[in-house]
Amino acid sequence: MSRVLINVPKSCKKGDILDVKVLISHPMESGQRRDEQGQIIPRKIINKFTCAWDGEEVFSADLFPAIAANPFLSFSALAVASGTLSMTWVDDDGHTQTELVAITVV
Amino acid sequence: MIGASGLLLAGLAPARATEDQVAVLIEKLVGAAKPTPGRVKLDLPLLVENGNAVAMTVGVDGEDGVRSLHVFAERNPLPNVANFTFGPRSGHPRVSTRIRLATSQTVIAIAVMTDGSCWSDSVDLLVTLAACIE
Repeated sequence: MSRVLINVPKSCKKGDILDVKVLISHPMESGQRRDEQGQIIPRKIINKFTCAWDGEEVFSADLFPAIAANPFLSFSALAVASGTLSMTWVDDDGHTQTELVAITVV
Repeated sequence: MIGASGLLLAGLAPARATEDQVAVLIEKLVGAAKPTPGRVKLDLPLLVENGNAVAMTVGVDGEDGVRSLHVFAERNPLPNVANFTFGPRSGHPRVSTRIRLATSQTVIAIAVMTDGSCWSDSVDLLVTLAACIE
């Protein structure tokens, strides 16, 4: 499990547009670097991020080695009804990490 | 002998994407329709001190109907930077992240709208310290 920071308002008014900021600790090894022996360090990056609000897609990103280590993403979500924001990161090894945030819409 | 050393040098020189590779990727994305400059805004510093983490914002201001945004770097080892897709629950079609830049180059953003039209923006920037790729 990687450390994740998520910044999103826990409550808001209906129709608000929320700023969602997420950061996950991950080396994002690009597969371009070499170690002391001259061997290529294998690529290991987070290649997919998705965010859904009660199953309905908010935002998704395909990431490539050109994304910096500890990938940070800032995007927005439209508050329609109270629910759960679910965010998933997938890396090259197939590891997935999902974080849930409950948001109250009044 | 010369050939072998040439190969060795080729192996050590950092691989770079080319403008042609980016053009092919954009054509794959938008088909025959050429993206028109405008509507999409790519925000990047013009002078980058450290290519390992460069703050980037790409978005279409106050516009609905953006299906996806795509970013390409012409002189990185790999031309793709990121693809962003916006769902029905997304608010503003805008996203910020931090990217790696291997050298001074042109970065291109393409917006694909739900009506099928395509828009582009590009930034020419100078990188003083490249992202570590060697």
